[in-house]
Amino acid sequence: MNSRIGYIAFNTFREAVRDRVLYNLIAFALLLSGAAILVGEISIDIERLVVVNLGLTAVSLFGVVIAIFIGIGLVSKEIDKRTLYTVLSRPVRRWEFVVGKFFGLTGTLVVNTLFMALGVFLALLYVVHRFEKIDAWVLVALYFIVLQFLIVCALALFFSSFSTPLMSAVFTFALFVIGSMAEDLRGFARITQGVGGWLAMAIAYLVPNFSALNVINQVAHGDAVPGRLILYNSVYALLYSAMAISGAVLIFQRRNLK
Amino acid sequence: MTATRRVNLVAIAVLLISMAGGVVTLDAIDHTRRQSLAQEALYVRSSKALRRMSLGYTGLLADIYWTRAVQYFGEQHHANSRDFRLLAPLLEVTTELDPRLLPAYQFGANFLAPQPPSGAGLPGAALALMKYGIEHNPNQWQLYYNMGFLYYTEFKDYAKAADAFAQGARLPVTNPFMPILAAQMAQHAGEFDTARMLWSTTYQSTQDALVRQNAIEHLLALRVDEDVTQLEQVVEEYREQTGRLPASMGDLERAGLIHGTPADPKGRPYRLMPEGRIEVQDSQSIFFITKGLPPGVAPPQPVRIAEPDLK
Repeated sequence: MNSRIGYIAFNTFREAVRDRVLYNLIAFALLLSGAAILVGEISIDIERLVVVNLGLTAVSLFGVVIAIFIGIGLVSKEIDKRTLYTVLSRPVRRWEFVVGKFFGLTGTLVVNTLFMALGVFLALLYVVHRFEKIDAWVLVALYFIVLQFLIVCALALFFSSFSTPLMSAVFTFALFVIGSMAEDLRGFARITQGVGGWLAMAIAYLVPNFSALNVINQVAHGDAVPGRLILYNSVYALLYSAMAISGAVLIFQRRNLK
Repeated sequence: MTATRRVNLVAIAVLLISMAGGVVTLDAIDHTRRQSLAQEALYVRSSKALRRMSLGYTGLLADIYWTRAVQYFGEQHHANSRDFRLLAPLLEVTTELDPRLLPAYQFGANFLAPQPPSGAGLPGAALALMKYGIEHNPNQWQLYYNMGFLYYTEFKDYAKAADAFAQGARLPVTNPFMPILAAQMAQHAGEFDTARMLWSTTYQSTQDALVRQNAIEHLLALRVDEDVTQLEQVVEEYREQTGRLPASMGDLERAGLIHGTPADPKGRPYRLMPEGRIEVQDSQSIFFITKGLPPGVAPPQPVRIAEPDLK
């Protein structure tokens, strides 16, 4: 990787840590340990199901919230604090700044997810007392969640390259919600006819497909995830992130920073 | 070329390539997940639980489940599968979430009742669905019509069909054909007329292009079935008069039993076979016909997928 991008990414990560972003892990740990202890007391035979469902859902939602709220401020904060001018006055290109910020934020989320994944497996061990073969699919679900973060980070960065932090948060969150129903949206588009159908299909393809990245329920029930889906989802997440980041670069290149 | 211009060009290229690649990958993902989507939709089968999870947006959730039911049926039908085991639960959840979603009853019963590969071969489930629909929408004449249709076509229970049409006929807003259908069912007379009226009512009571096309094809098939029946009666009459079978349609015309050369709805003249049977010229050109087919040939079925208009 270009060393300038590396520096910006590392500094973004350091700044996030300094901003106490990783404190969310405490809330996550409390939630999961509370659930693990309680579920054994109040329910029958769904301990594993609850821990996997709750754990992975929390990993996903905590991460998405962090991605949105840090992502939207990545550019605007640098402009407000005027640190952007210092960075860009050095031999750093604007595109390197955007790409570096993206890697920094995704790096933060990957580290965060690693800790949370550890928490999920510890809670699982606590309630079931042993690991089973099917628990390996939980790792796949966690990998898909990381792919989800890649797309959310790229979208937050894209919107923050031309919009206010509040609007960027609204746009990104709205796309996350719509994207979570992307497969149904394409289903609706397929049975709509005429110009409306074409328009609906175009929108359905343009919104990020988060539904295929959500296999939480599937792995909670111990169902396997096809290898092809892992491959296609990986390619899709990389392509979609590349698309959003290129859009952000194009806008940021033209933005008047005076 | 300046550095900024070069960066812009690269960014545009990456944007376009990733956009195109994203579309291709999405299609591949959809293909991979086709089967699992309906199964996932049924991880939670309790409509009460689903109602709570939907945070009150039950209408939207019902629409989503209905779309999944349509897609599931379409995909199984397209794959010539005989396994429709998820269809009834999907329709149950859909209608329990939104008991007023009429297309789910009307089309759902049409998906469930016919034998595979045209449908799931579950007329009992279709009837249960219609009864649930009527229970929650007692003023919708279409549901009584569909139930009567179901009794008539799948169960051959003319008394219950007559009762369903009669109940629908008594509603404040109904179709003028309903009392006539009820009467015809009660008499159980004139099968062709009854079937013609049923399909005409289906044609008139929907705006959906595919359903209308289906009704037209059934009406054409009815005309062929009726023509073949009448022509075979004429052949029998000729044999009784002359003591031999006619050699051609011309013999029947010369005997004054028919006028002109009878033709099917596509304009192809019917063929008189040596043993006195009447056959259509192209047995695969008119769907749903039950008469006029060469021995051992199954009635042709359209291969398209019925996708109802949800508007």
